[in-house]
Amino acid sequence: MIKKVVLSLFAIAMLIACSKSNDSGGTTDDFNRQAMLTNWADNIIIPAFQDLSGDLATLTSAKDSFVATPNQTTLDALRLSWLEAYKTWQYVEMFNIDKAEQTNYLFQMNTYPTNVTDIQNNITTGIYDFGIVNNNDAVGFPAVDYMLYGIADNDTEILNAYTTASNFEANTTYLSDLIDQMQSLTTIVLEDWTLNYRDEFVNSTSNTATSSTNKLTNDFIYYYEKGLRANKFGIPAGVFSTLPLNDKVEAYYSKDASKILALEGLQAVQDFFNGKAYNSSVNGESFSSYLNYLNTISEGENLSTLINNQLNEVRTKIQQLNNDLSLQIETDNAKMLEVYDELQRAVVLLKVDMIQAMNISVDFVDADGD
Amino acid sequence: MITKLKSYLNKTTNAAPLAVFRVFFGIMMFFSIIRFWYHGWIEKLYIDPKFHFKYYNFEWVKSLGDYNYLLFFICGISALFIAFGLKYRVAIIVFFLSFTYIELIDKTTYLNHYYFISVLSFLMIFLPANAKFSVDNLLRKRSYNQIPNWTIDSIKLLLGIVYFYAGIAKLNSDWLFKAMPLKIWLPSKYDLPIIGNNLMQQDWFHYAMSWSGMLYDLTIPFLLLYKRTRRFAFVLVVVFHVFTRILFSIGMFPYIMIVATLIFFDASVHEKIITVIKRLLKPFRRQIKAPKTQDIYQFSSRKILLPILAIFFAFQIVFPFRYAFYKNELFWTEEGYRLSWRVMLMEKAGLTTFKIANSKTGQYFYVQNSDFLTAFQEKQMSFQPDFILEYAHFLGDHFKAQGHENVQVFADSYVALNGRLSKQYVDPTIDLYQEKESFKPKHWILPFKDEIKGF
Repeated sequence: MIKKVVLSLFAIAMLIACSKSNDSGGTTDDFNRQAMLTNWADNIIIPAFQDLSGDLATLTSAKDSFVATPNQTTLDALRLSWLEAYKTWQYVEMFNIDKAEQTNYLFQMNTYPTNVTDIQNNITTGIYDFGIVNNNDAVGFPAVDYMLYGIADNDTEILNAYTTASNFEANTTYLSDLIDQMQSLTTIVLEDWTLNYRDEFVNSTSNTATSSTNKLTNDFIYYYEKGLRANKFGIPAGVFSTLPLNDKVEAYYSKDASKILALEGLQAVQDFFNGKAYNSSVNGESFSSYLNYLNTISEGENLSTLINNQLNEVRTKIQQLNNDLSLQIETDNAKMLEVYDELQRAVVLLKVDMIQAMNISVDFVDADGD
Repeated sequence: MITKLKSYLNKTTNAAPLAVFRVFFGIMMFFSIIRFWYHGWIEKLYIDPKFHFKYYNFEWVKSLGDYNYLLFFICGISALFIAFGLKYRVAIIVFFLSFTYIELIDKTTYLNHYYFISVLSFLMIFLPANAKFSVDNLLRKRSYNQIPNWTIDSIKLLLGIVYFYAGIAKLNSDWLFKAMPLKIWLPSKYDLPIIGNNLMQQDWFHYAMSWSGMLYDLTIPFLLLYKRTRRFAFVLVVVFHVFTRILFSIGMFPYIMIVATLIFFDASVHEKIITVIKRLLKPFRRQIKAPKTQDIYQFSSRKILLPILAIFFAFQIVFPFRYAFYKNELFWTEEGYRLSWRVMLMEKAGLTTFKIANSKTGQYFYVQNSDFLTAFQEKQMSFQPDFILEYAHFLGDHFKAQGHENVQVFADSYVALNGRLSKQYVDPTIDLYQEKESFKPKHWILPFKDEIKGF
């Protein structure tokens, strides 16, 4: 009996040894996941956070100038730097991992529609804790959107809100606190990436529910489904409700930023999928190259091409929309629904086909299999 | 023939193998329950969900809410009683009923090995597994050396069916000629030490594993039956199941199968096992008086018992082939897929969302599945037609109760099978709220447009 066990173990060992020697003699066929993680961290995630941090610094100084001398010029400059930072934000929203996840960063930066009642309450009482969940819809980019575009009906009145209105000091303080909070949160997340998390992230190469690839894949798909598909298009277009809800678009008060932001969000998704570096046009290891590698084994469909084609299709459809998605919904919602349908097609490719090819669990179901 | 059968049924054998089987079964089940509890799965799978997917005709089985813990407790305790052979007949009946009830609460958690446990524990109700080496012997002051030979053979037969049918199910073109789904599963185990990023990535290895898995399943019952190949077969059993344990998250199943196949060994092996256990129990055995040993265990109700078991096995042999009544591709429609020992046979995933429409006004909206289902339920629902239909009815009822009028439910469903590109799965023009569950083929599943040859 024992002899047999030893014998079969020996046989298995031989089998492994043989296959290993075969391997060293020729092809290296294993996909380098660490290279993918390194590309993600060093060329995409950290540069995007650095850019956002820089944009928020610009936003802060624009805010400071506005607070010092509130006039149309400083307001315009402030709005411009808000939009720049908001565009950059689209490239980091999907990275809801580690510090960002622990600090509820995503929800403190971009929960919309923003809640005007909560904002006004905070301004009136002057006592608020931005960190609590109840304030998620009273902070971040959407709240600043309201403060810069929605607090009054026109620019003159808006400027009055920060100059002559009875509560102008409270308004100014709130605007200022909002932007300071966004910057300090971003600094925390960025510093964690550069000082601690980067190495841990890059070295976690296994295929388990808590490994980097799996977590970030989940984040990526979650962002695509929720952040891009549902929040920017599905919910305002009334896909999940009986009637369209055009006031639920992103950057509702600024009127013409919603489409720009949506296009940036889509670009962020596609760039990440293709492993394109944030600051250059160099492509590194990515979902796309991983799928191409797996395809050499399974000889299936060329998924990365199909996904890219579908995302391009989405872009074409979005480009046909009005700059103000809220207006688009009011005038011709069918075009919004078309975008949604195209987005949904890519959900199938990403969530079903890509996940199946990579054999990654999309959620944290840890029950037994057969 | 009849005389042959009669003499077979009258043949007796040593009671030790069945006693050892009982002990190990009880212990394994006890630890399975503890493990389930420990992982928080009772809460997660049976208490948290707002909605449970029911087996057809078992809709009356309801989750007991917090009392599910009591159910698991009873199930675990009865397993322990089985191991001790204490009030065995009652214990095995309680175990069978409680375990099966748990499984019937929600088919989301269906696994072939849970079904195996239910079937096996049902069979064990009729077997004298407490004839030897049990507390019952002490209570009744009587133990038996010999039991009818067919009682042990019935377990061997059941194990044989499980393996052999799992082997037959692998005789299909995807498994054998495309090495699917192993070609998807194995490369993703790149993080295994030593073999992860070479062997697991090799084409030939995927084929080798597919074919050897098939051959293993088909031949192992016979290799275990014949004395000359038995030890070799058991080594194979251990290697095979340990390997699957390393590769896939399949819980206790490999260990249960390894221990179960011990039943094929001669009584002498089991006598040795009993001696070892007795030695371990020695400190507790001082005051125990050995029970009187009688020779042969006699069934008092053999006339009722044998027909029941004959029907049981006839069912086990025929039922897995019910898929033959459906002309659609089995893997695609899953009509007759479950309860048939189709183990780790395909990689299937889907995405299914539901549109609630008003048939009069044409207004519609989509449902967010996460409002009603857990992630696990959503995953399972998305590619299994009976889940899709049941959930569609649940949604229809829900929105009707909310005051929506002229409710129609349409499914937007895409499914990918064994690495094929995802395809639309459910006819999007069919109002599923009007479709009824039955054993009839589901006409609203769109065609597979490909062919998987074989069983």
